[in-house]
Amino acid sequence: MNSPVTEAELHAWADGQLAPARRAAVDAYLALHPADAARLQAYRDQNVALRSRYNPLLDQPLPATLARPPLAARAAHAWHDSLRGWPGAAAAANALRPAARAAALLVLVLGSGGAGWLLRGSGVDTSAGDAPSGAPAVLAAGAGLAQRAAVAHAVYTPEQKHPVEVAADQQAHLVAWLSKRLGAPLRPPQLAAQGYQLEGGRLLPGQSGPVAQFMYRDHAGTRLTLYVSTEQTHNSGTGFRYAREGQLSVFYWIDGKFGYALSGAQSREALGTIADAVYAQLEGTP
Amino acid sequence: MSDASTSLIAAIPRLRRYARALLGPGAGADDLVQDTVERGWRKLASWRAGSDMRAWLFGIMHNLHVDRLRQATPPTESLDALPEHGTLPDPGPGPAAGLALRDLDSLLARLPPEQRSVLLLVALEEMSYDQVAATLGIPLGTVMSRLSRGRERLRLLMAGQAVPAPLKVIK
Repeated sequence: MNSPVTEAELHAWADGQLAPARRAAVDAYLALHPADAARLQAYRDQNVALRSRYNPLLDQPLPATLARPPLAARAAHAWHDSLRGWPGAAAAANALRPAARAAALLVLVLGSGGAGWLLRGSGVDTSAGDAPSGAPAVLAAGAGLAQRAAVAHAVYTPEQKHPVEVAADQQAHLVAWLSKRLGAPLRPPQLAAQGYQLEGGRLLPGQSGPVAQFMYRDHAGTRLTLYVSTEQTHNSGTGFRYAREGQLSVFYWIDGKFGYALSGAQSREALGTIADAVYAQLEGTP
Repeated sequence: MSDASTSLIAAIPRLRRYARALLGPGAGADDLVQDTVERGWRKLASWRAGSDMRAWLFGIMHNLHVDRLRQATPPTESLDALPEHGTLPDPGPGPAAGLALRDLDSLLARLPPEQRSVLLLVALEEMSYDQVAATLGIPLGTVMSRLSRGRERLRLLMAGQAVPAPLKVIK
């Protein structure tokens, strides 16, 4: 009771952080200073109000994308083994392998509650908080990827007679051919569970070499395309990103030297769900 | 699954709560969480086992937030298209009824960001003042002065909101 009560101690009292030895002193002070006592009660009410307001967020299902380790860290897990981009990726990937599995499981569990949650706003995200050197280049490259994919989608999906170069009934040939041309083993994801069948694929000119386009359609004839580039050696991995290109939604991500872009005229939510499935298959293939 | 990964995933809901309170409704909060988590995964190898994962992650988030404030990128999209996400239910009557919880977002937005951060880490995260200082990388004295000013400002704002009472008591 000897030393005077400080403002910091009053706050500590309101927050329940006051050292027990000082409790009596502060209580005595407040008994003599009703204005301060009222003020502290208001602060306590603030704490209660803030928790009442924001604690419900703790119980909301997590967006699936939030529970994933970054793509670059899981590249060693995927169906290619080229790890370029950011230093230390390989080591981190090894360290994170069990985490990746667990996180994927979490995505499965949480995904049912948070289906359709979309990560980014429309347009290309330019506010990446993590800004390693070259971040603007990464964003520009990602944006270019999305744009090229959208153009390729717009050009070929209206085709009735020649939507693809090699049809899915020659899948082994399609896969071998595109893998050879891109210089990396490709495997088109199966999207039957999402209602889409592989129609086939084609080879396209990319920024500096060949890229592949896989085309899918559902029973109503709605198409979507998966654009696969292997030109991303100078880029680091990105998270899942969303871009709006005219009437098209594009989800894209960069993983090692691979860039992927899923394009379609579907709603953002619908395409996002499919993109989740594509992502899971590409990342999950041993 | 390593302890570090478990701790990181377990912290995500708290990061979301804090970001949402810090930034208000809109896409910005989840963007900030996303970038924080991505950076967290990437730097997980540099996290020192046994140290405070929560403080580490909130520190990352704080740095990203400050970077954004410096860039002053205006928010460009509302979440109207996805109303079911990031929304909070209307608060029912509770211990703090009468404080117009619904307006808390707008009242908080009227606090200077540095005061808001401190207040939220204390009120929501229930961090000790020392932990707040470590998380934000500021001296303890600065924590206390920001907390004091932020609380007092919020008190006045709340009092101002409460003045036009809708009901009159008739004796």
